[in-house]
Amino acid sequence: MAINKIGREIPDYIEGIGELKSYEGPFSVEPAKRRFGRKISTITPKQSKILEDIEQAIIETGLKDGMTISFHHHFREGDYIINMVVDTIAKLGIKNITLAPSSLNSVHAPIIEHIKNGVITKIETSGLRGSLADAISKGILEYPVKIRSHGGRARAIEAGDVKIDVAFLGVPACDEYGNANGHSGKSFCGSLGYAKVDAQYADKVVLITDNLVPYPNVPASIAQTDVDFVVKMDAIGDPKGIVSGATRYTKNPRELLIAKYAATVIKESGYLADGFSMQCGTGGASLAVARSIKQTMIEKDIKASFALGGITGQFVEMLEEGLINKLYDTQCFDLTAAKSIGTNPNHVEIDAGFYANPHNKGCAVNVLDIVILSALEVDTEFNVNVITGSDGVLRGASGGHCDTAAGSKLSIIVAPLIRGRIPTIVENVNTVITPGETIDVVVTDRGIAVNPLRTDLIEKLSKTNLPIFTIEELKEKAEKIAGKPKAIQYGEKIVALVEYRDGTIIDVIKEVK
Amino acid sequence: MNVKTIAMAGTLESSDVSIVVEPSRNEGITLELNSLVEKQYGEQIKCVVLETLEQLKVKKAIVKIHDKGALDCVIIARLQTAVLRAAGVETFNWEEEK
Repeated sequence: MAINKIGREIPDYIEGIGELKSYEGPFSVEPAKRRFGRKISTITPKQSKILEDIEQAIIETGLKDGMTISFHHHFREGDYIINMVVDTIAKLGIKNITLAPSSLNSVHAPIIEHIKNGVITKIETSGLRGSLADAISKGILEYPVKIRSHGGRARAIEAGDVKIDVAFLGVPACDEYGNANGHSGKSFCGSLGYAKVDAQYADKVVLITDNLVPYPNVPASIAQTDVDFVVKMDAIGDPKGIVSGATRYTKNPRELLIAKYAATVIKESGYLADGFSMQCGTGGASLAVARSIKQTMIEKDIKASFALGGITGQFVEMLEEGLINKLYDTQCFDLTAAKSIGTNPNHVEIDAGFYANPHNKGCAVNVLDIVILSALEVDTEFNVNVITGSDGVLRGASGGHCDTAAGSKLSIIVAPLIRGRIPTIVENVNTVITPGETIDVVVTDRGIAVNPLRTDLIEKLSKTNLPIFTIEELKEKAEKIAGKPKAIQYGEKIVALVEYRDGTIIDVIKEVK
Repeated sequence: MNVKTIAMAGTLESSDVSIVVEPSRNEGITLELNSLVEKQYGEQIKCVVLETLEQLKVKKAIVKIHDKGALDCVIIARLQTAVLRAAGVETFNWEEEK
């Protein structure tokens, strides 16, 4: 057992997982490996890549007991692929599979049955939600789930920490030789940023589409040179679950107040200058911050060099209005964004490695100025939890949270001081996803706390009329209103390991009683 | 205060609490608590409820609570209202109330 840099107990070794390295700081790991390379295989002239169905694809790829399969989560709650493929794997009697998608959602609840019947024995993902998350929190899996950030997953794949035997990738538009993108078709999702990594590193790549288009399908997010097989199906996802409609502006006065404070922090921080860059979440407060910044940009004639992310319609609008020069997009969050990426050359698709892999020669988050992030809990060391609820149960995703916080010059958390009766600012967060030393400012409706490490920001912001407090003062304010919550009682079994983006373990999640 | 009939106060909206007070054949208070934040605040809610009942001098009652994360002040207000309704009290001395 080791105590890592943020004071969490990390086992040295876990049966079935291997040796664990403890988190030592955001940039403490020097990579010493060579980049992983997939097995070389060949397709000869006149050989067709088209297969009948998923069953034939599983057989043709040579999938066997104990292998690792991967998927992307661009279809979000509308995804049909993961459940279809795992059902078919179960039907073929293959067991002991590691499921390594870029993330999992509530729609993947049927996986519970395949854990019970021994088809899925390990999971590696960014997020877990719904009844699958509940079951894992109660200890249904023998081995702990590995939680990775988007950048951390790209790093793990490129470094060979995760070796994908077969990637099953749903693609909204694809030709019969495997050139695919997310620009058209009834299941269009825009960027395929997460899938691009899997396509380049998996030993075998199966594309599954409901929209076969004439060759060549260019520009292609996934290229024919990476693809073994193509399967045509009637439906690969439910469009209603894939992209949400236009994101609405919040009218919630509390969110608007948080946004007003956060926008002022940004304006006074000095980072809002011509050529700046930013990333925003999709929460009501985050979107309202972007709207407020937009106003200032127009008034002061400031243009952003790029916006990063998770792109929403709001950023697309700003791109079209000339307020942002380029969009770097790993994942389109709504209809407007998904439509724009196929038509606007300044809306650029990037893969998860380009976005946030800390162990390449410079990912996009490294040149990000401002990021606005949400939080379920923040503790008095500024550590942030976005994965477990206040009851200790898994219900979120690591996403790009720790990646952007580490890379950006100014990372801002926006959250209400209290949700329902649950304080957001607490003594100890249930789970640490993002270490406090990478968080600069926490903005709540009842006050703002600046990380004491950022003396420069404290000096700038104390000259304003913003309600600045220490993080301890914010915690006390919350407890005064809601009462001090009783700590959650956990069991002994570790149900998940939280890997920091560099591959070290920042925290463990135990079963809930 | 004597609980004579079934009465309720509150809603199931987020941050509110719905409280039903019923007459009981047995001495003492029977408390049924169902709360979104039971793990974190269950004990504190029970304390606040029993204290409030004591202040209202309620000795016999069944109290059913569906809590959606209400703050203590909300729980007290809803409980007072439910008890007064159950006791058939139509006038209330606000000045006497702490």
